[in-house]
Amino acid sequence: MTSPTPIGGTMIGTTDLRRTFKTRGDSVEAVAGVDLHVEAGEIFGFLGPNGAGKTTTLRMLATLITPTAGAATVAGADLRRQPQLVRQRIGYVPQGGSTDPAETGRGELVLQGRLYGMTKGAAEARAAEVLATLDLEAAADRGTGTYSGGMRRRLDVGLGIVHQPQVLFLDEPTTGLDPQARARMWQEIERLRELGTTVFLTTHYLEEADALCDRLAIIDLGRIVAEGTSDQLKQRVAGDVVTIGVDGAAASVLSLVESLPFVREASHDAEGGLVRLYVDRGETAVPHLLRSLDAAGLAPTSIALNKPSLDDVFLRQTGRSLREEVA
Amino acid sequence: MTANTAIVDEALTAIERTPRMRALRDTWLIFRRSVVLTIRQPVWILFGIMYPVLYLVLFGPLLDKAVGQAGSGVSAYNWFVPGLLIQVALFGSAFVGFGLIAELRYGVVERMRVTPMSRFAMLLGRSLRDVFLLVLQAVLMIALAIPFGLHLNLAGVVVTLGLMALIGLVMAPLSYSAALALKSEDAFAPLVQGIVMPLLLLSGILLPMALAPDWLRFLSSINPLTHAVDAARALFNGDWGNPEIALGVGLTTALAVGAVWIASRAFSRANA
Repeated sequence: MTSPTPIGGTMIGTTDLRRTFKTRGDSVEAVAGVDLHVEAGEIFGFLGPNGAGKTTTLRMLATLITPTAGAATVAGADLRRQPQLVRQRIGYVPQGGSTDPAETGRGELVLQGRLYGMTKGAAEARAAEVLATLDLEAAADRGTGTYSGGMRRRLDVGLGIVHQPQVLFLDEPTTGLDPQARARMWQEIERLRELGTTVFLTTHYLEEADALCDRLAIIDLGRIVAEGTSDQLKQRVAGDVVTIGVDGAAASVLSLVESLPFVREASHDAEGGLVRLYVDRGETAVPHLLRSLDAAGLAPTSIALNKPSLDDVFLRQTGRSLREEVA
Repeated sequence: MTANTAIVDEALTAIERTPRMRALRDTWLIFRRSVVLTIRQPVWILFGIMYPVLYLVLFGPLLDKAVGQAGSGVSAYNWFVPGLLIQVALFGSAFVGFGLIAELRYGVVERMRVTPMSRFAMLLGRSLRDVFLLVLQAVLMIALAIPFGLHLNLAGVVVTLGLMALIGLVMAPLSYSAALALKSEDAFAPLVQGIVMPLLLLSGILLPMALAPDWLRFLSSINPLTHAVDAARALFNGDWGNPEIALGVGLTTALAVGAVWIASRAFSRANA
């Protein structure tokens, strides 16, 4: 247990963080200059396809691998010069589990507490508290090999928060969980924020980044391609998507909407039956659109307004769809 | 909670002030955890002495004549059992890397690496567990051998157990270093087999090296394990004046220091 969480202020800051892996004379830059800023108390998401550099960045921030270049401050400690201090102040939940199937949940928690320097009594008390919080009391004295996937993942999180860290790193916290267990995990993560813990998580699930994270960064090929709140990202990069059914009049509709000041970009599909346009704020754009079309004597057969997804953001920045990568 | 925190902070400060105390404490924590988890699967302890016991029962009776020929002038079992004990020490420590590979796969090692715990304790706690278990197996083995006609020299037995512990402190750290480097059973198993088998065959555990041709006897003489076996035989017979005792114990101690040093570097490397 460390000093109380500061209210506001920077919890994680990195400058041009890089990591190169060398394999047989070949060198691959897995993380190619990442600048991050995570505020105390927020849930920060790191979204990207597999192999984008998410886990490597996380492992660097958690002192597991040393950066090739760049600097970082984590929970007020310098990553390079004070790794022991960083370790004392952070929790880290690795991807793919962290428990021995022969050990009980309670046994793992007590040991973890003691490895963080707690006395036996304090570690036992804290283990009981964590087991209660995560609803694992009934299984506390069973081997973790008998746990369900969701229970084991909750225990992993428990092991990461035994010492009440200022910041918790979660690597793909819901990968491989069924929808119920995933919803449960989201609740736990939100509860951690309420308790003042900063959460830094990686995910390749768009829905997860969207629903859970206060702010997020999208990473691709070792570089951050966008950063902000989910709404900011969608607004800044994509705008809203309006699709108009035009029934053969595609060319005239297109030339009309392209002349409108609030339309950022427009195109029609190959058959000429649909015109798709990007606008900054769809709710206000649609009435304007309808009036302009009406005034020009053009009657749309249908009109649809879609909020862009984070996938649209990813698509715009990288030219590839995140969903395809994941699938 | 506030009272708790105060106690914890105090404990932490005390530990941080003395990294050596922390290493000791962490070593104890890892030792105890490892012993408890191993004892939950006692079948492995029995597996560890299965081969030596088979040799004792099915091979030992054939030895009377061979040992008589080599002219050692002692009971076959007093010649054979010390060698089997060295084999127990070798088998009980050379393969422990398998356990670490499993722990790496479970993510247990990575979880511990993120804590401020001593890296040296990760190695030493596990190695001491291996030493503890192989000494336990040795005691079991000795008890089984008494009905076959083994005569005990108590002081000699105690020093032999110490020598076995030292062999454990050579092989277990090296095994863990190899496991950290290879991270897969497929690569680890042939490597360890490839080292353990020649060590064993050249040590004179099964038959007296006096029967060997010169070139084989030379190879045997540069195998450190040979000297440990010879030392154990001298110790079991209370032959305290035999220079092999000092040579065997001295050589094994030096190797243990080297092995622990190499392995502690492997464990403290950032990317292991």
